[in-house]
Amino acid sequence: MKPDQRSSLTRRLALSISLLLIAGGALVSLAALAYGRQAAQTAFDRLLLGAARQVVASTSVVDGRVLADIPVSAFELLALAPDDRVFYRIVGQDGQTLTGYDALVSPGEGRPDVAYYNLEFNGEPIRMIALTKRFAERAFSGSIQVLVAQTMRARNALAQELVGNAMLVVALVGVSMAILAIVAVYSALRPLYRIERSFSSRDPRDLTPLKLAVPGELSPVVDAINRFMSRLDRQMETTNNLIADSAHQLRTPIAALRAQTELATGESDPAVLSQSLERIHARSRSLSRLTDQLLSRALIIHRNDSAVRTRVDLRTVAMDTADEFDIDSQGRARELRLQLPEFEAWVRGDALSLREACKNLVNNAFVHGQPPVTLTVEARGDKAILSIHDQGSGPSAPAGLRAGERFVHADEAVKHSGSGIGLAIVQEVVRAHQGELRFLPDEAQGFTVLMDFPRDGYV
Amino acid sequence: MSECSRLSCLCLVMLALCLPLRLSAQEAVGHFGPDAAIRTLVIRSSTDIDAFAPVMQVFLDRSVDTRIRYEQWGSNALYRISSEECRQSGTRADLVISSAIDQQVKLVNDGCAIAHRSAYTRRLPAHANWRDELFGITLEPAVMVYNRDELSDDEIPLSRFDLLDRLRPNDSRFAGRVATYDIELSGLGYLFAFADSQQATSFGALLEAFGRTGAVATCCSAELIDAVAEGRFLVAYNVLGSYALARADTDPRIGIVAPQDYTLTLSRGALIPAGAPQVDTARAFLDFLLSDQGRAILRKLHLIATFDDDSDDFPAIQSAASALRPIPLSPTLLVGLDQMKRELFIRQWREKMVLETGEQK
Repeated sequence: MKPDQRSSLTRRLALSISLLLIAGGALVSLAALAYGRQAAQTAFDRLLLGAARQVVASTSVVDGRVLADIPVSAFELLALAPDDRVFYRIVGQDGQTLTGYDALVSPGEGRPDVAYYNLEFNGEPIRMIALTKRFAERAFSGSIQVLVAQTMRARNALAQELVGNAMLVVALVGVSMAILAIVAVYSALRPLYRIERSFSSRDPRDLTPLKLAVPGELSPVVDAINRFMSRLDRQMETTNNLIADSAHQLRTPIAALRAQTELATGESDPAVLSQSLERIHARSRSLSRLTDQLLSRALIIHRNDSAVRTRVDLRTVAMDTADEFDIDSQGRARELRLQLPEFEAWVRGDALSLREACKNLVNNAFVHGQPPVTLTVEARGDKAILSIHDQGSGPSAPAGLRAGERFVHADEAVKHSGSGIGLAIVQEVVRAHQGELRFLPDEAQGFTVLMDFPRDGYV
Repeated sequence: MSECSRLSCLCLVMLALCLPLRLSAQEAVGHFGPDAAIRTLVIRSSTDIDAFAPVMQVFLDRSVDTRIRYEQWGSNALYRISSEECRQSGTRADLVISSAIDQQVKLVNDGCAIAHRSAYTRRLPAHANWRDELFGITLEPAVMVYNRDELSDDEIPLSRFDLLDRLRPNDSRFAGRVATYDIELSGLGYLFAFADSQQATSFGALLEAFGRTGAVATCCSAELIDAVAEGRFLVAYNVLGSYALARADTDPRIGIVAPQDYTLTLSRGALIPAGAPQVDTARAFLDFLLSDQGRAILRKLHLIATFDDDSDDFPAIQSAASALRPIPLSPTLLVGLDQMKRELFIRQWREKMVLETGEQK
């Protein structure tokens, strides 16, 4: 990890958390603003209403004339907003001012009995309430309107105070959330640093699994690292084995080849020379096949770890194999029979590896067994089976038991064209596909090698 | 006296209307400070020039390049011109001081004043500061003035209840010899009576007793105090303490009682009118009035009363400080100014008083 990448992770976390905090804070602030204004509005509207009701209650009809004996308590109520100006007007039936401020505009007739207005008066915004009172007296019948208004200083101050307090809380919450977030980020990232420390203090050749207590969210990462390391470990082991095997298996035939070549060099008799040349040719051909198989095995082992598993029909595997064996290296047609079911025998695996295993078995059957060779595919229950049958008696019992081991036939490898390595490849493929390799020697009817694999899609 | 000069003001206004040249309605004008001063502070006030001159002198001693033009107005005329100038958005006055604090509140309510905030205004109690635009600069109690020669010590009414008791006997020698302001003629009398009506039920009883015994309602502090000094009245009720105290300094016949049940106090309201030409000087003068030095002078002038029996000032007002009821500078004063309310209140007052009007009416 480069330092700037590490800091960018922290920065990204910090960025998203602060975005969240800012958005949340803005939202809460807006809500607080609306709430504060609303609360202040409601509180002071009630004062206005109370005062206006008192004024209304003080009106009466005396000698056919509406009189208002405005109580001081009404204005004391309004004076609870101590620094606000107070305006009022009592409007008679004909829109004429009975008392109060002439300039206070009446909202006119046809309004609800109680209504609030935001206006401007004497250059200052005011909140006004309009109450209507109806008289039905002998001397006077009709309605009057009481207007009471107040400037908005106390109202705004209360709203600001409410909002300010709310903002303070929001800010405190925000700060504590930010601190918590920092602590959380730090503690969440700490296991990563622990993993990093554990790696940096580790021997470069040490590929054993990490044994670290990490949070659940990180255990997939550690598991992946461990899986990766074990694969690496296996591949390194394979490579080491391959090198060892190749060295071991190639050394003897190459030494023999060299000896024969040296012998031939000193030979002057054309007949003997020709015979030597024939032997050298045979040996180099089997050496070439051995090399092929060693490389093929390395390829298979590599693919077992790395190839993507797909759905493979064993019938396709069998048919592809049959295609390759139609004609042998000498150009003779060979007798390979195919017995295929009418439906697919699905397995999950690597087609190339499977084909390689099948090819090796068929090849062994041709080399060691008696034709005709039958290649059969079956899908039985949860098994998909690929079997190779020939008319021979099969390998000797000990060889059969040891079949597939690495150093079997070390000396005979060349003689038998590397059948041991072929079986080893088969064994590897079968193991990688969770399958089973079985030998069914049958004196009367020949010899059968059978690979069964878990059938894919079988329920 | 300025508070009750409605008639003279009316005359002056009529005079002014009749004359082709419009004359100001001020009663008197005084100039203070050097003629060559850079700026002139114009103060319009309902307070007598002589009563206010010392405080201006001390202020001018400190600011040499200032001159003060002091216009003494009747309170109603002062309100009218201030209101008029406010509507026309132009004034010559830099400071308006009036004891008619209801009218001052109305001016502020109508947006005719500008705010002033300073360390001194912040010191003011809430009832003496409205919106930082109207400031109570004095402390003047509504007192009972009595004649020291006529009344023996146990006859002195120390409270409204005492006064009621003195008026109760049928053959009371107080009958017809108690006087108070005619609230229709005196704005100050109206203000005090209106405040009384909110304070206690004793006011109603007192009015009835006044009516029954034929108490006299008359105009003006000066007349009331003169009549008491001369012995025509034994007691004058609700007289503005500053005038009474000033007179008592020179007239030993005058005795003063701040009623012990409760004592109304009034703070003259000062405001800087919107559009004042010399705002900064007005602010400075206002701050001076509110400063310790200014207040000490106002105290000497009896404009700030001392309610301390041990005071060196003679005569100290006898009262319990806890009985003080300041009339707050607040919009509640607007109620008393309401045309209908005023009409109703005066009618009720008259009905109870069964008025025997003073000779001045």
